[in-house]
Amino acid sequence: MLAFTLRRAVQAIGVMIAVGIISFSMFRFAGDPVNQMVGMDTSGAERAAIRQSLGLDDPVIVQFGRYIGNAAQFKFGVSYQFRLPVTNLLMERMPATLELAIVASIFAMISGILMGVYSALRRDSWLAHVFQAVSLIGISLPTFLIGVLMIYLFSVTLGWLPSFGRGDVVHIGWWATGLLTLSGLKALIMPAITLGLFQMTLIMRLVRAEMLEVLRTDYIRFARARGLTTRAIHFGHALRNTLVPVITVAGLQFGSVIAFAIITETVFQWPGMGLLFVQAVQNVDIPIMAAYLMMVSLIFVTINLVVDILYTIVDPRLRSTVSRAH
Amino acid sequence: MSEAVVPHPTEKRPAAAPGWFRRALDSDLFYSFRRSKITMIAAGVTLLFFLVAIFASVLSVQNPFDPAQLQLMNSRISPLWTADGQSPFLLGTDEQGRDVLSAILYGLRISLLVGVLGVVLSGAIGILLGLTAGYFGGAVDGLIMRIADVQLSFPAILIALLINGIAKSVLGNKLDETSMLAVLVFAIGLSFWVQYARTVRGSVLVEKNKDYVAAAQLIGLPAPVIMLRHVLPNTTGPILVIATINLALAIITEATLSFLGSGMPETMPSLGTLIRIGNGYLFAGEWWIVAFPGFALAALILSINLLGDWLRDALNPKLR
Repeated sequence: MLAFTLRRAVQAIGVMIAVGIISFSMFRFAGDPVNQMVGMDTSGAERAAIRQSLGLDDPVIVQFGRYIGNAAQFKFGVSYQFRLPVTNLLMERMPATLELAIVASIFAMISGILMGVYSALRRDSWLAHVFQAVSLIGISLPTFLIGVLMIYLFSVTLGWLPSFGRGDVVHIGWWATGLLTLSGLKALIMPAITLGLFQMTLIMRLVRAEMLEVLRTDYIRFARARGLTTRAIHFGHALRNTLVPVITVAGLQFGSVIAFAIITETVFQWPGMGLLFVQAVQNVDIPIMAAYLMMVSLIFVTINLVVDILYTIVDPRLRSTVSRAH
Repeated sequence: MSEAVVPHPTEKRPAAAPGWFRRALDSDLFYSFRRSKITMIAAGVTLLFFLVAIFASVLSVQNPFDPAQLQLMNSRISPLWTADGQSPFLLGTDEQGRDVLSAILYGLRISLLVGVLGVVLSGAIGILLGLTAGYFGGAVDGLIMRIADVQLSFPAILIALLINGIAKSVLGNKLDETSMLAVLVFAIGLSFWVQYARTVRGSVLVEKNKDYVAAAQLIGLPAPVIMLRHVLPNTTGPILVIATINLALAIITEATLSFLGSGMPETMPSLGTLIRIGNGYLFAGEWWIVAFPGFALAALILSINLLGDWLRDALNPKLR
């Protein structure tokens, strides 16, 4: 158990170092950082001075060590376009992204489970067919197209919901939340649904497949034979056993939700990290790109590690073998 | 055990003109194709999209990539069947006087070109790495699969965006249309190779212990020949399924990148760029600029996905 956890932790650190190398190479070799920072009329001597102050003349390995050291303290340098520390920019926008991602995940979980359970229990009803069609559309329609469609329907035509921004926010410490104001909640509805739709489809398909699987097992047949009520069998036994893989998948997918927020945030001009990243890609603002990559990787790796460890606690069979919880 | 050879029913049939065509019509795959109406429709729609993209220059009233052919006088005309419609602009025009239908046909060409080239590139990378990993095993295998594992845990769109940003920074921020197209193909190719590599590696691990591989090794064939000529043909089924589903994913990725403003420029728009352009006019009530490209993209992806789903089930012997 301890050996397994340690091995996974070492692997996670290895991944982070690999990402660090990519991130550092982007920063150091993709274009000259000095050129990005100064104007056209800066003299050679001034450029050399900036080069010196950034430590770009040191050996590459020293620079890399310094980069990782700074990254570990969440120092990612200064943005080329905003002239502000990247960390401040990211931290300022993180609450928006996290609130969006969490609400989208909760929406996806609840509606996905409900739709999945219904279409497993009433396989031939018309509503189940509707759900199947919705899930096909959810997989086939690109996220941004769903967003555009919703804006046209609910903002342009009906005028019910705002089409951009996150409404009024309330500051709790450094965290700016939109969950406590009416306009904030209204602004959240469409982005959260757009972002959650793909996960909802995924969860619905998974719940349906798992439920159908579980309902065929012997212990369900035995429960029926014992004369338990249908409700107790379906929800007390079948659903409960379905939920373990569902929660695992939903947990592992949380990182993807944050990454996919890039698209949703652009469609709805949601002031989060994803929008910052897209603007950074357009303006070749390497420090922001590198920092975003490191942040998202850290979230991914942490989630994977936690899920792996939780898995071994829940399922002792996995302890002896190297598991991959994909 | 009797050694009597039972002839396959189809072998008795007199071979009609081109043998491979006859064989294709007799195959299980074609039979299952004929049985699924939805698949036939999806195949028809996909084929139609490819045809109109190829013959875009014949079917369009103007070349939307040529600024000389666009007239600002014709800007923002609504579709033909509405009150303000004007021929020859069947689906209306956009801000620059670009005919929406022509723009869709030419944009479709770009989207399909990037999608197909991206799938070919990712397939080539994935198959080569998968063959190498599976055939040689050991440290090479460990390294390649470790990279694959790490990359798989990141969404392809994030990787494509990063590659895009790096390419821009190395090649200069303002790329011309052709090099942007190449960057997109490259970004998609590098984002989607993992699935091929894993699948091919899995098949190779099964195949390489079979007698025919041992025989090939015994007569001294070099490893690349065995891998490409003997092992690879036995993995075509799964590769075909992945390629079909990945074509839809590649087209979505290209459209998303273009929509985010990191893809095809407005002077040579793909479907994603058209949706990006049209999105700006949605609030002015000019819905046709975004609606028709959006519909074309959705229909294209849906039909390719349906085709991919069918192919996966049809080639899966467990489901027969």
